[in-house]
Amino acid sequence: MNAQKPFIDIRHAKKSFGTLEVLKDINLQVDRGQIVAIIGPSGSGKSTLLRAINDLDPLSGGEIWLEDKQINMDLPHRQYERHINEVRQEIGMVFQHFNLFPHLKVRENVTLAPKMLKGLSDAEANALAEEQLTKVGMIERIDYYPSQLSGGQKQRVAIARALAMKPKVMLFDEATSALDPELVEEVNLVMKQLAEEHMTMIIVTHEMGFAESVCDRVLFMDQGVVVEEGPPEVIFRNPKSERTQNFLRKHLAGNQA
Amino acid sequence: MGLDFSVIPKYLDIVLLGALWTIAITLGAAIVSFFGGILLAVIALYAHPVVRWPFRAFSFLFLGTPLLLQLFLIYFGLVQIGIDVPAFVAGVIGLGLHFAVYNSELFQTSILAVDKGQIEAARTLGLSRMQALRKVVVPQAVRDVIPPIGNNMIALLKDSALVSVIGVSELTLSAQRAIGSTYRPFEFYVLVAAIYYIINLGMEAVLRRVERRIQASK
Ligand SMILES: Nc1ncnc2c1ncn2[C@@H]1O[C@H](COP(=O)(O)OP(=O)(O)OP(=O)(O)O)[C@@H](O)[C@H]1O
Ligand SMILES: [Mg+2]
Repeated sequence: MNAQKPFIDIRHAKKSFGTLEVLKDINLQVDRGQIVAIIGPSGSGKSTLLRAINDLDPLSGGEIWLEDKQINMDLPHRQYERHINEVRQEIGMVFQHFNLFPHLKVRENVTLAPKMLKGLSDAEANALAEEQLTKVGMIERIDYYPSQLSGGQKQRVAIARALAMKPKVMLFDEATSALDPELVEEVNLVMKQLAEEHMTMIIVTHEMGFAESVCDRVLFMDQGVVVEEGPPEVIFRNPKSERTQNFLRKHLAGNQA
Repeated sequence: MGLDFSVIPKYLDIVLLGALWTIAITLGAAIVSFFGGILLAVIALYAHPVVRWPFRAFSFLFLGTPLLLQLFLIYFGLVQIGIDVPAFVAGVIGLGLHFAVYNSELFQTSILAVDKGQIEAARTLGLSRMQALRKVVVPQAVRDVIPPIGNNMIALLKDSALVSVIGVSELTLSAQRAIGSTYRPFEFYVLVAAIYYIINLGMEAVLRRVERRIQASK
């Protein structure tokens, strides 16, 4: 096998909703341990791209590979379901609105999938939940229901839930944009910690400061294409494209207003 | 001829035994209607059309015909094709399926009302659609629909009197038997009404406890 093969390889990704072309020939390669930020205006296709990676929004064309496995393989329905369920276990996803399971306590939110899918015993699953919740600083709330937590706490539990499946990649879709400003930092800290552990991550974000301090690469998307990509210091300090410059200028102005 | 409640004690054991049968039938049918309702709702929403359509026809049949007729059909009709079900079982199945169809309508609405992000979160963890429905969506849907389901269960209790027609010695039939020997319809019907009312209160108390438990986790 080719040692140079990227960890995640997105080739000629296309996606339409009806007649609306949302992704137009996107290419993205991510190496193991790399952290990529995706920025861009609302409606540019950032979420759609992220959701295509674990097939929540299946592509209309193109290929997505995780290591030597094609994610959006062409298989008969039943086989495809089995395949995609396996693939998804390796990809953690964190949503803007947390999507914790409200009928389950924090502990059970974390243990549900490992117990069902990996056959962990209660004791093993509990140990795993305690380990992951300690990591995100939520161990004290292990027996709370999600409704009893703040937004920042919910998001940290959601991260622990994803990590409990020991994913190879973590996807974050605006993980902090539903949070009150004072709660953003606690979630950012957890993400930084993951970065230090060399977790491979793709992060859709509107927080340019965070992206600059954590990410190895930044992609600027607009209207379904990657307009520009590069190291954060280039994209944020010396963007070549005029569209990138305009976006950053507007974004900066918006943040100050 | 005045009222004479002194005849009651002699027949009280028969009537109370009838009450026990009524409770047993109601409980059995409630369980069938609860899980049957969930199953029917999931089939109606997610099954392949080849499966969905026969079930839809079945539901329509149960909604559109009298419960009495359904009980006759299950008890007297099935014997003809070699399926001999005891009257109690026929009553539980008939009442249970009838109310399963009603409950299914409630479950369908509440399943659809569960936030789409819930199933997405479950699926991104690697759960299959069925696993996600079973562990994430249905429990939340059930939680939201307990009060109206409770109302159906109280209707079920009242309709359980209908199984007297296939000879289950439940409360109403026991009363009729006592009346047959004593010619005291008023006294016994009042007694039976009071007993239905007490069972009803008991059910409502249980329901309120369930609702409180659910509220705590919201
Ligand atoms: N399920 C869907 N059906 C139809 N159109 C959709 C669907 N999901 C997204 N779209 C459209 O696709 C386009 C891209 O949406 P997407 O959510 O990927 O944008 P985004 O870059 O994440 O924006 P935001 O910053 O607001 O989250 C938008 O025009 C959106 O309206
Ligand atoms: Mg988005």
